[in-house]
Order: sequence, then C-alpha cells, then structure tokens
Amino acid sequence: MRLAQHMSVASERVRSTVIEATEFPELSRAYQVMGVPKVVINDRVQFEGAVPEPDFLGAVLQAVETP
Amino acid sequence: MPILSARDQDAVRKEFERIAGAVKLVVFSQSLAAPELCQQNEQLVREVAELSDKITVEVLNLAIDRERAEAYGVDQVPAIVVEGSRDWGIRFYGVPLGYEFSNLIDAIIVASTGEPTLSEETLASLRALASDVDIKVFSTPT
Repeated sequence: MRLAQHMSVASERVRSTVIEATEFPELSRAYQVMGVPKVVINDRVQFEGAVPEPDFLGAVLQAVETP
Repeated sequence: MPILSARDQDAVRKEFERIAGAVKLVVFSQSLAAPELCQQNEQLVREVAELSDKITVEVLNLAIDRERAEAYGVDQVPAIVVEGSRDWGIRFYGVPLGYEFSNLIDAIIVASTGEPTLSEETLASLRALASDVDIKVFSTPT
C-alpha cells in the first residue's frame, strides 16, 4: 500500500509495515484478516480494500484521537 | 536460478532512474525460523540491489543481532527495513513478490528522495501528529 509508506516518509511519527498475510498466519488470525489489503492503525482503526488518500488520512487521525 | 526475469530487471532499472540518494535495505533472517522464505527474501533483495549502485544491503540475524532488531522494532522474519538518509519507518514482513514487489520498488524510491507524493493537506496533518502511528498493511502477492 503506497500511501502508508509515503506517510512514513512524511512523518517521523509514522511507521508502516507491509505484512505478507499468507506467510504470517498467526498475525493474520490475530488481526482477523479476511480480505486484502487490510489496514490496521494503532491496533484501533481498521479497514479493508484500497481507499483514497483523504480517507486513509482520516483513519490515521481517528486512530490517534484520544478515546 | 534468479527470481527476477530479464524483463523484470529492465522494468525495475527504469523505475530506479528516479532514485535520488543512497538507500540501505536491512534484511532480517533467521534460518531456524523460516529457512526457505528467508533465503528467498535475501536473494530477492540482492537481485534488486544489483539494479542500482545507490542501494546497499545488510543482512542481520534476528536471534543474534537482537539489539539492532529491537532498535528497528523488527520481531518477525523474513523482514526488510528500507532506509534512506534516515530510517523512515518502512518495514516489510515476508517476501515481497507480486503486488508487494511494486510496493518495495516504490518504497526504495521514496526512501531515496525523502519526498512523499501526498497532498499538501495530508502532509500538513501528518506534520502536526502529536503521537506515534503504527500502520500495518496485510497484503498478498496476487
């Protein structure tokens, strides 16, 4: 997912890890990966499928909001 | 036998014309944990690195080089850290083939330039982040 990597370069705060789901079945199970791409941000916000940049940013901002 | 075909190599070389600065690919392996995947991953990274004189490769062992792994936040193998003028926080777990391969190539280029292609609005929001963000992207090669 290109956006996640570019966000990492844009901010020291952002780390992005692309995970090959079939090679890491335990991680995939833990994060309930049913379809790909699946994005999980701060273990709080998640979505499936490619989304436009503003939506991706919205998910990032939602993930860092104080609960 | 090479992983990348001559055609793949040509396509990547063309993409790599956009590489601006030095890139280091730090590979984490652990032969006991996933021998075949780690070997395949190392081979792929070396084949990619051969396509640009700006790319260097360092192979580390997750079990032996624990301090480095901890510093990078890497706890799985095979793993790749894509570093440019600094560690941007770009990681790959698993062998990046197929669709993920184009992500790796794109990651190398953006790590070399330090210039993400994002809108001004996105860049401003990210600059204003007050806490850390961990993005996991689960993907498959096809």
